[in-house]
Amino acid sequence: MSSVVSVPETGTTSREQFTVVPARHPWRWVAGIAVAAVVIMLLISAVSNPRFGWDKVSLYFRDVAIVDGIGITLFLTVVCMAAGVMLGVVLAVMQLSANPVVKASASAYVTIFRGTPVLVQLLFWFNLSALYPEITFGIPGVNLDANQIITPLAAAILGLGLNEAAYMSEIVRAGIQSIDQGQAEAAGALGMSRIQTLTRVILPQAMRVIIPPTGNEFIGMLKMTSLVSVLAVPELLYSAQIIYSKNLQVIPLLLVASIWYIIVTTVFTVGQGYLERHFARGTSRSTPPTLAERVRKFFAVHSAQGLGKGK
Amino acid sequence: MTIDTTMPPAAPIEPLPLVRAHGVRKSFGENEVLKGIDLEVRSGEVVCLIGASGSGKSTFLRCVNHLEKIDGGLVWVGERAVGYRIKGDKLHEQSHNEICADRTDIGMVFQHFNLFPHMTVLENLMEAPLRVLKQRKAEVRRRALDLLEKVGLSAKADAYPRHLSGGQQQRVAIARALCMQPKLMLFDEPTSALDPELVGEVLRVMKDLARTGMTMIVVTHEMGFARDVADRVVFMHGGRIIEEGPAEEVIGNPQHERTRAFLSAVL
Repeated sequence: MSSVVSVPETGTTSREQFTVVPARHPWRWVAGIAVAAVVIMLLISAVSNPRFGWDKVSLYFRDVAIVDGIGITLFLTVVCMAAGVMLGVVLAVMQLSANPVVKASASAYVTIFRGTPVLVQLLFWFNLSALYPEITFGIPGVNLDANQIITPLAAAILGLGLNEAAYMSEIVRAGIQSIDQGQAEAAGALGMSRIQTLTRVILPQAMRVIIPPTGNEFIGMLKMTSLVSVLAVPELLYSAQIIYSKNLQVIPLLLVASIWYIIVTTVFTVGQGYLERHFARGTSRSTPPTLAERVRKFFAVHSAQGLGKGK
Repeated sequence: MTIDTTMPPAAPIEPLPLVRAHGVRKSFGENEVLKGIDLEVRSGEVVCLIGASGSGKSTFLRCVNHLEKIDGGLVWVGERAVGYRIKGDKLHEQSHNEICADRTDIGMVFQHFNLFPHMTVLENLMEAPLRVLKQRKAEVRRRALDLLEKVGLSAKADAYPRHLSGGQQQRVAIARALCMQPKLMLFDEPTSALDPELVGEVLRVMKDLARTGMTMIVVTHEMGFARDVADRVVFMHGGRIIEEGPAEEVIGNPQHERTRAFLSAVL
């Protein structure tokens, strides 16, 4: 393993007597220029092609109908996600149950709702009155008219929420199973009940595993709400469709909707980072920096005074 | 009728031993790991269970607070049969929550500490007394800080377990168990997962605890600790108790061949 190192006659081998030559990366420059050229061409075409209709985009960007549509999109996202998470936790616990009937029921639920397209599920809920004209829940005295209860919005919430629960249950189950068995044993040895062990010890730790995919589900849900445009629920996409069906400015209004989707998902992505940081507490010696910290660090490093510090 | 005056005065009635295990059996599938364990531990006694891994000593310890369900025999802790309710001539298996309620006066320390990583040290100590025993917060807090001082970790009350060394984590785990004010403490190889230089600080805390008169059952490979602290040492092999007696006798002058073989391997 040892090798002979020739020591210069002067007798010193300190770094100071040498000049450090940084490594060159010519291919980085080539790749960078090529990609930049493509991006610039796309931008030029986007600006110069009048059919993009950017003036129409800015005209309709803050249209009342569009803003109301964003409101409904956000409402649907939050309500369906909340329903999905709550039902998902219940399903996950059922799947881990020792009771075979409970366990099989939860698995069947997951199989059915994950195995069918959510668009089909939405149409089913929308047409529920064809299946059950009167909803009684089997309780005498309860007699509800399905046509009145299952409004397009209700069908949207049922369809998206119940579908989401199936996906969330898998995420929660994976989170619960990622926690070391010793945690439940320690809680049990301290006399904590099953519910206390789950809510105080297991779930708070499982959150670290559950939050990142749930954030992705949340953003996925935001985009999935556009599916309920087929039920004529005036969310963001359907609001845009109503406008372009009248003025035929299809592309500008789809751009308006897309830009809003990007803005909202970006805001949520930043929020997700803060949430992950919160639940990482106690698990690692240093938590990843938040966006604000990264921005501050960026300006500290790239400021005029900071530039020399890297050397 | 003559009265025999030579009869010795009646011996003072010995209180029942705190832990009484009778014919405890336990199998994992086909593999019978406990083949009838009889052991009594009096209140205030420190008993060390020694033996090779696979001898069943940890499994037996876990039976004492019903982390493992026993297949035969009975373990009594105080007045209660662990895991069962006795009604007439029937043993009713307890529900999970009944078992949990019975565990509150048995503290347990694990090989891998099993602290709750998302809670601070102080929160680890206070969790069960607050949630399970429903004690008052101020009172629990005072007791928890007091215990942290006793294990030498007052400065770490607000630290998370991840930021502590293994030895510190195990001392917190001992304090957490003691915060429930148990009558009996079970230690399952408390120093086996520690770096050698950290073993001493944990053993010192356990020694201090033994001196306060706590009843302790300790599964350990630390023969020095067993010799110095244990009132009694129990050697297990193949799911049976092979030899038991005062520490200096079992370790210093083992009678059974297997005990001798084991001790010569570890000492």
